[in-house]
Amino acid sequence: MNTNPPQNRGLTAIDGAMALIVLLLIVQIWLLSATLESYLAGHREAAVPGAIISGILFGACLGLYLFVDRIDSEVRKG
Amino acid sequence: MKWFRKASSSSVPLWQDEFPVFTADERYVNRRQFTKFLTLTSFAMLAGNLWILVRSLFHRSPSYPRQHVAAADELAVGGVKVFAYPTAQDPCILVRTGSDSYVAYSQKCTHLSCAVYYAKEQNRLECPCHQGFFSVADGSVLQGPPQRALPRVTLERKGGQLLAVRMEGEGA
Repeated sequence: MNTNPPQNRGLTAIDGAMALIVLLLIVQIWLLSATLESYLAGHREAAVPGAIISGILFGACLGLYLFVDRIDSEVRKG
Repeated sequence: MKWFRKASSSSVPLWQDEFPVFTADERYVNRRQFTKFLTLTSFAMLAGNLWILVRSLFHRSPSYPRQHVAAADELAVGGVKVFAYPTAQDPCILVRTGSDSYVAYSQKCTHLSCAVYYAKEQNRLECPCHQGFFSVADGSVLQGPPQRALPRVTLERKGGQLLAVRMEGEGA
């Protein structure tokens, strides 16, 4: 039986989602700097995969934010 | 700022929702706000990548002028000459690496744009600001903080004259 109160469980889930977002953001920052370096070096073929992967990472971040938002409203109201 | 939140999920006014009375609720608001900030930062990264994509899709190769750089016998082997190409604001360096071989690169270090110089003993181009070294053979990075090779000036020999005809490896 889980004795952890719902408030704390919600916070644990949100903390986990935040940690994941931070990890995704670090990857995205690295991706942007690598794409920029590549572009400035005249390798323009890296721009398309860079933008696609960055879009996927943003989608994941947005999904995690929606998850946090849902948990937040469920636990606090409920 | 009630993005994505369902209107029906909360019957309290917005200000009361964002500024709760209880400390436990405030922890949630803080985390939610921080997560929103991180997501917006992620969107900014995506916007940067999209900007690079747009720039590369609509990029047009600039037309470079043909410009006299030096006479072929003007420099001794290991000698250098600084010139400007393609505009007067773009310093470049010409190096005579052999009796019949010449190379020319942009003189701006790809790290922070300090002027690179030719170190004859080491046979490399060196940036004195942060010890970035470049190969004189192809301009590639040998050591130091620069991530990109030096843009190369393509040379043509016409009679006894060296002409600069275009730049290679220049993205922006």
